[in-house]
Amino acid sequence: MNSAALFLTVFVACAVEAVEALTIVLAAGLARDWRSTFQGMAAALVVLAAVVAAAGPALTLFPLAVLRLVVGGLLAVFGLMWLRKAILRASGYKDLHDEAGIYERQVAAARAASAGGRYGVRDWYAFTLSFKGVLLEGLEVVFIVITFGENQGNLGLAALGAAAAVLVIAGVGVAARAPLARVPENTMKFAVGVMLTSFGTFWGAEGAGVHWPGNDAALLVVIPAIALVCLGYTTLLRRTGPQAQTEVAGAPGAAPATVTRPASPASGPFTSEEMPR
Amino acid sequence: MSRWLRSFGAFWYDFVIGDDWRGAAVVACALALTALLVHGAGVNAWWLLPAGVIVALGWSLRHAIRS
Repeated sequence: MNSAALFLTVFVACAVEAVEALTIVLAAGLARDWRSTFQGMAAALVVLAAVVAAAGPALTLFPLAVLRLVVGGLLAVFGLMWLRKAILRASGYKDLHDEAGIYERQVAAARAASAGGRYGVRDWYAFTLSFKGVLLEGLEVVFIVITFGENQGNLGLAALGAAAAVLVIAGVGVAARAPLARVPENTMKFAVGVMLTSFGTFWGAEGAGVHWPGNDAALLVVIPAIALVCLGYTTLLRRTGPQAQTEVAGAPGAAPATVTRPASPASGPFTSEEMPR
Repeated sequence: MSRWLRSFGAFWYDFVIGDDWRGAAVVACALALTALLVHGAGVNAWWLLPAGVIVALGWSLRHAIRS
């Protein structure tokens, strides 16, 4: 994996997480109290810094094979989680990750929650909402940076990719003062899922003692192969999914529809989320 | 204290395992079997984990659309 690929993979993965964290922070800040929201965000960043400070040196204590086995396994599991969601969303079995909708629900919940402060924080609800959102998404960023950085021996570049992603998303979010609904999150999630699963598979198997045919060049086969299988699963599910059933039911002479979900206007497997709302 | 431990455990379960345990279970079994084949039987089982990942994803998707 060259430096550009490392930077790009980490950048895209962290951008997805940053979009999700931004939605939560905006909802807490705009609906409740900005000061408490920033306090929650700062507290989460302190915890994340402590995790990095503890995990970074601790990782060097383990033999490389053990590290690759554990980290590779976790990366593969993470990648499968991302791919599962992306494929189900692309095929219509699960709603697309609608940042605008999530934002509206978060705002409604935040407005309905009772006010009150604790431990010097003016609005405890805004604090905890922001803290949990940033911590959860941040932990995934930290995990991706450490695993990709350590395995490629370039932790600095991986951290730079993550920092760039967070800064870009935060900058756009501050400028727009709205959740980033037009970011093609499902497409990004699919691409990152393929990368995480492929690298996790490669490193995990190496950690288990495998020698890949062609060494690192095997990745040039593993990545497209996993991408193709995922596209195949998506196509298969789209043919049998709710969208296909709706289209068939809507055809002349067809039986009344039993599926209530409207058909997506998109024609491609991942394009519907990219359309302006 | 037990409530805190429960929520702490739930947080990490959700973080590592997520919505479906099938992916994690198949990956863990495939990794263990690969290590056994490599170190126990001398078989360079590079194909096992990719196959496991593809099967795990299919299994998980099949379960998701049926539930």
